Amino acid sequence: MDKLMDRSADIGPFVPLPDDDMIVCRCEEITKGEIRRAVHDGFRSLTEIKRVLRNGMGLCQGQTCSRLVRSIVARELGVKPADLPMTTARAPARPVEMQVYAKEVR
Amino acid sequence: MTVTDKAEVVIIGSGVIGNAAAYYMAKRGASVIVLEGSEIIGNGGSSRNGGGVRQSARDPRELPLVMYAVENLWPGLSDELGMDVEYCKKGNLRLGKGEAHRKILQGLCDRSTAQGLDVRMLDGDEVREINPYLSDEVTCASWCPTDGHANPLRTTLAYYRAARQLGVRFYTRELATGLIMDKGRLRYVKTACGDLFEGDTILVAAGYSSRALLHTVGIDIPMNKGLLEAIVTEAEPPMFEQMLGTAPADFYGHQTPHGSFVFGGHTGMEPYFGEYAGDGLNPSQAISAPTAARAILNFFPRLKNTKLVRTWAGSMDECADKVPVMDRPAEVPGLAVACGFTGHGFGIAPAAGLLLSELVLDGRASTLSLGAFRYDRFARPAD
Repeated sequence: MDKLMDRSADIGPFVPLPDDDMIVCRCEEITKGEIRRAVHDGFRSLTEIKRVLRNGMGLCQGQTCSRLVRSIVARELGVKPADLPMTTARAPARPVEMQVYAKEVR
Repeated sequence: MTVTDKAEVVIIGSGVIGNAAAYYMAKRGASVIVLEGSEIIGNGGSSRNGGGVRQSARDPRELPLVMYAVENLWPGLSDELGMDVEYCKKGNLRLGKGEAHRKILQGLCDRSTAQGLDVRMLDGDEVREINPYLSDEVTCASWCPTDGHANPLRTTLAYYRAARQLGVRFYTRELATGLIMDKGRLRYVKTACGDLFEGDTILVAAGYSSRALLHTVGIDIPMNKGLLEAIVTEAEPPMFEQMLGTAPADFYGHQTPHGSFVFGGHTGMEPYFGEYAGDGLNPSQAISAPTAARAILNFFPRLKNTKLVRTWAGSMDECADKVPVMDRPAEVPGLAVACGFTGHGFGIAPAAGLLLSELVLDGRASTLSLGAFRYDRFARPAD
């Protein structure tokens, strides 16, 4: 059983890095350190990290940062980025005004 | 077959119910394993709802649980779990337009006040004093000042995090496929990847998937799969803090501390869409979120230029009589069941988790009765 399945598997201690203050998700201003810390808090899927920190939930919906987040999390867990499924892309592809979405205007 | 791991309790399902139960059990010193079928903790209905912590308009059987949670569990939950669950206890407005809606709301009000809840009717002007952004077409509302909302994503994961810190072992991508008896007692869970888990008690809290799993030991809980569709907008300046609903139940929602609005709603036609009836992997419907958006604008015209950034959907476990089953079926010693929460499990989740920990560890719930949630109530004539 791999360490993505066994959530009690040891991934080593959290080691502070000089660039932990770097902002990775610009929409929601989430830093590399916050993402790494979340992995050590037990959140080992990209979806859980998104739901806890809000990275990828802003106006661009993760189109800028999601691959960066994946490589940070993969390195922290010691797995290949491809081992981590991406978060689900959600409709709409671009932000849409409520009145347009509701088909209240022509 | 060798056992992969064993504990006093094995919980199937890492939703808010399973995680809360695991947390309260571990707090009492029990050893607990939680099995999750997907690679994501709390990926079902727990992450696909509006986050209402609502007592008003609650089914009378569930009302004591949510009232207990609002009084004793929700207010200190962020501190207890060490993670902000964004609980906001600033009231619930259930909005109505016209006489037919007023009658519905009055009926819901009377039912709840009979059980000791502080909920009352307001006229349109009183409603707009509480929430000035509402349409002039709103003529009435029920108002429950002790209702509120919280963040369901964070609450589910906060219970997970706290339970894990107490030593609960969580396994993801361990899809339970069968329950196995040993000498007249339920003892093992087998999973799709061939692993075997052993527990003195096995608590099935797997949402709609519980139904097929319970069939493997001859228990049937009558449930259907229902759709939950959620919408989130861009962040706006703080406008109001109440939880909102409507008499026709065409949408519900609130503004989060982040500033975004989270809403939920549906058309009523979802069960008849072919695709939805399929595998449920991507159940978002082209029609559901726009319909909810239209309902929202009918009450909140002010939001017409607010941008919607994301929609997401999932399925809920809709029980035949719209309240959950939380019980230990007598025919299967070692089995406990918690499913059928019907889309309103979030508000009662802390109370449900606490009572399930008592049910499993002590044999019966002592803080409150679970008598209304027996598994065999469907086979009995109505009271």
